[in-house]
Amino acid sequence: MLHFSRLKTAAILIATAIGILFALPNVLPQSVLQHLPAWLASSRVTLGLDLQGGSHILLEVDGAALRKERTEQVRDEVRNVLREQKIGYSNLAIRDTTVSLRLRNPDDRDKALTALRALANPVTNTLFGNSTGEKDLAVTAGDDDTLAVSLTEAGVNARVRSAVDQSIEIIRRRIDQLGTVEPNIQRQGADRILVQVPGLQDPQRLKTLLGQTAKLTFRMVDMSMSPEQALQGRPPPESEVLEGPNGAHYLVERQVRVSGEDLVDAQPGFDPNSREPVVSFRFNNNGAKRFAATTQEAVGRPFAIVLDNKVISAPVIREPILGGSGQISGSFTVQEANDLAILLRAGALPAPLKVVEERTVGPSLGADSIEAGKVAAYVATGLVAVFMLAFYGLFGVFALVALAVHVTLMFALQSVLGATLTLPGIAGIVLTIGMAVDSNVVIFERIRDEEREGRSAISSIDKGFSNALGTILDANITSLATAIILFLLGGSGPVRGFAVTYILGLLTTMFTAYTLTRLMIAWWVKWRRPATLPI
Amino acid sequence: MPLIRYIPAQPKIAFMKLRHFTFPLSAAMSVLAMVLFLAVGFNLGIDFRGGTLIEAQASQATADLGALREHLTDLDLGDVQIQEFGSPRDVLIRLGQAGTSDEEQQKIVSDVRGALGQDYSIRRVESVGPSVSGELVRQSILALVLGAVAVLAYLWFRFEWQFAVGALVTTLHDIFVTLMIYSAFGIDFNLTSIAAILTIMGYSLNDTVVIYDRIREMVRRYKKMPLPELLDVAVNATLSRTLIVSTTTFFSTLALYFFGGEVLRGFSLAMTVGVLIGTYSSIFVAAPILIHLGLRASTVAAPEGAAKPGSKPAEA
Repeated sequence: MLHFSRLKTAAILIATAIGILFALPNVLPQSVLQHLPAWLASSRVTLGLDLQGGSHILLEVDGAALRKERTEQVRDEVRNVLREQKIGYSNLAIRDTTVSLRLRNPDDRDKALTALRALANPVTNTLFGNSTGEKDLAVTAGDDDTLAVSLTEAGVNARVRSAVDQSIEIIRRRIDQLGTVEPNIQRQGADRILVQVPGLQDPQRLKTLLGQTAKLTFRMVDMSMSPEQALQGRPPPESEVLEGPNGAHYLVERQVRVSGEDLVDAQPGFDPNSREPVVSFRFNNNGAKRFAATTQEAVGRPFAIVLDNKVISAPVIREPILGGSGQISGSFTVQEANDLAILLRAGALPAPLKVVEERTVGPSLGADSIEAGKVAAYVATGLVAVFMLAFYGLFGVFALVALAVHVTLMFALQSVLGATLTLPGIAGIVLTIGMAVDSNVVIFERIRDEEREGRSAISSIDKGFSNALGTILDANITSLATAIILFLLGGSGPVRGFAVTYILGLLTTMFTAYTLTRLMIAWWVKWRRPATLPI
Repeated sequence: MPLIRYIPAQPKIAFMKLRHFTFPLSAAMSVLAMVLFLAVGFNLGIDFRGGTLIEAQASQATADLGALREHLTDLDLGDVQIQEFGSPRDVLIRLGQAGTSDEEQQKIVSDVRGALGQDYSIRRVESVGPSVSGELVRQSILALVLGAVAVLAYLWFRFEWQFAVGALVTTLHDIFVTLMIYSAFGIDFNLTSIAAILTIMGYSLNDTVVIYDRIREMVRRYKKMPLPELLDVAVNATLSRTLIVSTTTFFSTLALYFFGGEVLRGFSLAMTVGVLIGTYSSIFVAAPILIHLGLRASTVAAPEGAAKPGSKPAEA
């Protein structure tokens, strides 16, 4: 075990040198790093959000809202198609995700079934783009002339999937507007989106931007009765009561005259007269035409600007607006106007998103954590070093060199793999400082055993290494098994960061004990030709 | 002169005889653990219970906890806990959220943010909705079970079944005692705790496997030696290694506990206790239990390939 071919020696030393090279950027100051030649490794360990500060937000597509909206849409489609086909019906109603109705004339049954079945669309698998053969609606006929149209699970799932895809795009556009660096936005599971934004000063604003659907509609205010009357009695079927600013209520027509989809631009600004912050917007051709037609028809009447089912403002149309642009004023603060412009430019989410998990760490706490981690690492290293030197003397020096290389390699691997270092990850590093000497100690004790059994120094070393190998492998593989499970089930958060450093630590200690310590001892044996062991 | 020279090369401690004391002790600890789980339970963190945790730092030198408590109670947020966190300037606010929806929870977070205003800077916010916390519980239990199964499978594959079962019992013992520490001291039990438990599992197994390796080797070599005597020799032979590595690892966890910062304190405490327990159990549980599991020389197969002779191998 003590003979190393030149090739092997070179390989071990080169691996160590490469490790040092890749770990180096982590200790060099940024100013030095910039002046290094480009071929040198320059990537540092990626710090997790808990160390550099930032927000980790898990959003979930509101499946219930999506179902409800889709069911209402289906009800409207059912109404339209039956009207077109001149099929008489009654009791059109929604229960859960089913639209039911009763035919006036039982003879219409087949005709109605055909018409309703035509509403269903095949569900496509977005991943492969092929049809799964399932439909998004199921039409069933009950007794006594009732028909039911229900959403299928496959159809709902497909909608949730596509809502997630669209939302990711829109969220990306919204966050890009904040001008922050490199947000990480990714799908998680069937209906969730993980948003990680490093180094954000105002996490609350991020959540405000993410939490709004931002569905903008322009609708007419229904003047046929006052909102109070409508609230107490029954509002007209084609209108609904919506909340406005300062707790006011408005009776607003359900029909959407122009929607936010037709916007091409929105910018924050100030009203030249009132000096209030406003958002000015511009429609595309289609939107401009419809906006012109609406304002022409309704001069003197108020129209409502509705955002996510809340009235922002309801100005009276003084003159037709033909240019396709306008402004929204709603006693905004400057930031509110800014945010609204961002939301309108980025577009509306296909379904509401709710925040199901948030983990935000301020930059000051992150810096403190790094500092504390460093101190703990130094203290641990110091204690281990003193202990090992006191107990093993020269062999302790070998173990400490191996330990130093182990820590270096851990940083090198982390930098190269782009693995994220989290606070528990730092704990993992400190922990492995104490555990890293294990392989060396197992070897040293084995060597001592062999010498006790009457072997020569050199033969004991040789035998000690080969006997210890199996033990070290078994011991480390069992630890690796638990660490890998931790990695697989640790989710995306800090715990996975711990698993990463722990796994890397186990691998590098096995490497350093079996190559470096052995090489150092082999050199020492060659040089001193010891008759007895110093341990 | 290195200190290792002063450590007796072959200590002759009768560990196996001590099992008549240590087995009842371990059993008592496990029972006590069980009683504590049932009577006291765990201080479940927001990862598993859902809820919100806010760490804030006062702009003045010390945070006025009383005023803050009054202020937040006025908001009517339900169960609010406020405590000092590491230094008099830092406070930790916990908002328990059993049963409320994700949306309500988000509203509470922004309410508290608003209430803290200019007097405090918010250092950390963690908020876990009820749907996520349920998943985390399932995932964590799965992680622990899978961890145990994987280790058992590997040991079964590499050793004989007695070793696998012995290691499993030892590991469960360590997990129990660690959980007992969490329960007794009311340490926040969260995702990091699961990491701690799995790491302690790994560490304890590491320790156990080193001893088992030696036992297996000796059983092959000294077929005639009675098992208790053989186990004593094996444990004594590996004792210096066990103690040295436990000490260095103990140094690491201690450094983490005292210097690693407030966020890691619970984790480091559990790890520190875990290292002590892992060391104890590999000597006093893992080895002697083999006597009761019926390990015999005949049950231990010779190593694959190069079979070792029954006597001492010739000098190389």
